[in-house]
Amino acid sequence: MNQYQLTKLAKRVGFYALIAVVMVYAIFPFYYAVITSLKPSSDLFRVDFWLSTVDFGNYVQIFTQKSFVRAILNSIIVSLSVVFIALLLGITASYALGRVRFRGRTTVMLVILGVSMFPQVAVLSGLFEVIRGLGLYNNPAGLILSYTIFTLPFTVWVLTTFMKQLPMELEEAAIMDGATPWVTITKVFLPLMWPAMATTGLLAFIAAWNEFLFALTFTLTDDQRTVPVAIALISGGSQHELPWGPIMAASVTVTVPLVILVMIFQKRIVSGLTAGAVKG
Amino acid sequence: MSTPVTERAPRVGRSSAAGYRGTKVRRQRVRAAWLFLAPMLVALTLVAGWPLLRTFYFSFTDASLSDTAGAAFIGIENYLVYDDGAWYGLLTDPVWWTSVWNTLYFSVVSVSLEVVFGIIVALLLNAEFKGRMLVRAAVLIPWAIPTIVSAKMWAWMLNDQFGIINHLLMALGIIDSPIAWTASATYSMWAVIMVDVWKTIPFVALLVLAALQMLPKDCYEAAEVDGIHPVKVFFRVTLPLITPALLVAVIFRLLDALRVFDVIYVLTSNSTSTMTMSIYARQQLVEFQDVGYGSAASTLLFLIIALAVVIYLYLGRRQLGVDQ
Repeated sequence: MNQYQLTKLAKRVGFYALIAVVMVYAIFPFYYAVITSLKPSSDLFRVDFWLSTVDFGNYVQIFTQKSFVRAILNSIIVSLSVVFIALLLGITASYALGRVRFRGRTTVMLVILGVSMFPQVAVLSGLFEVIRGLGLYNNPAGLILSYTIFTLPFTVWVLTTFMKQLPMELEEAAIMDGATPWVTITKVFLPLMWPAMATTGLLAFIAAWNEFLFALTFTLTDDQRTVPVAIALISGGSQHELPWGPIMAASVTVTVPLVILVMIFQKRIVSGLTAGAVKG
Repeated sequence: MSTPVTERAPRVGRSSAAGYRGTKVRRQRVRAAWLFLAPMLVALTLVAGWPLLRTFYFSFTDASLSDTAGAAFIGIENYLVYDDGAWYGLLTDPVWWTSVWNTLYFSVVSVSLEVVFGIIVALLLNAEFKGRMLVRAAVLIPWAIPTIVSAKMWAWMLNDQFGIINHLLMALGIIDSPIAWTASATYSMWAVIMVDVWKTIPFVALLVLAALQMLPKDCYEAAEVDGIHPVKVFFRVTLPLITPALLVAVIFRLLDALRVFDVIYVLTSNSTSTMTMSIYARQQLVEFQDVGYGSAASTLLFLIIALAVVIYLYLGRRQLGVDQ
């Protein structure tokens, strides 16, 4: 083997070693959570890199807890409603912003961009008052309402980008046929927008599923909480006696659906993220 | 919905937008546009505009959480007040200034690390190799994990007595005794940064990767033919070309980092050594029930972020201008 081949080999080995490091770094914390969650509580405090026995005790414990099951249900309801509302309002708004030229369009776009950058804490006290005024305090409906602050601007922004890319001729044909804008949206654009809507819907779902600050502040009792808050508030006898087994089991439970979604839709997610940022 | 018949058919072609300006169709379209925008605008007013104004207002009152309606106007006393020979208020609170400093420190350090590692990961993913899709999916995992969960996962790994990180560091002989990562004033900020960096490298990496994949191939071929060292090619060709995408990623991340809450709340709770502006404001608002004072903190946080947004809009003006 000569010098050239040797350096080439070294480079290849180095490259794959780097890839391996990145893989381990990305996956290990999740892997370790899975392992911890599957350990019997007697082995919990021994550091292991793989499982010798599988024990579902931690999962049994969290799923027999009514409040955790309830929290999962709340999270599903809240996230799905948020996605539905964001897409419904987003598709009509993006038609207006992406296909129609009118005075004030730039202003509306700037307002949307501005809202998407709001720190949540800045509206916390005002929103608290609104939610209590509407009688939605300690109610998942209050969360659905408040989550539109971050899902809606994002959805509108990305859908508008997609809407602009569709060819003009489509719409002109519809106008020629005398279709109203509403008919144009539902009959012409909606079928073409499904991929974009799937992407933004997915991202809105993940954002709503993961939200913490509003959920922590606007709910009070165990049966109204969403999963992130439920996990954050799992506590033991004292601060130093956290029940790590059940916490990891709960963490894995709420993460697995997301990881599967990401694996299946990684292409869509990537295109949505980059459309929201690069093109925005 | 009824279907009114158009009187004049619009002209087809590139000039059509101008062509039916002022016609019935165009007026109908503009009316429909505002109608379609209305629900979104109402929603945003309800959850963003109005609450923001109320927060501004509360910051000049003595409102408490149990009674926001009966708040009395007290001017700028929440911010600064001279009373009995001493200054009081948010601007004199050392804890507030600590939290401002912590926020800036956290933002600058974590975003810098994310950008550096994000670029490295993106360059790796941009190379052609077997199993690239698998690696890309794996890299996305930290991004998909809820912040709360990643904070808990790391809290367990960083646990002072039973955590795997102390275990490994001690096994390797790097440290002699376990480190209380999340409790010690020295290490807790680094623990928080570590978790945040882990979670957000994928985001930066994906944005950079998207930019990398749009780069023209020919200048790389030219550089290769000329025998220029890859590192030099990176700094002279790649980096300048991906700078716009990088700037966008940096601003997005910076805005996120400036309002950081979840990861710190879960990892180190209300400890002063990691307290950020969001944590401080929420503690005043909810735990101390002092809506007036907390709103003053929120208002200052908003102003700082608004400043960042203005800078971003200024930088992104060109892109936005092309868009329209």
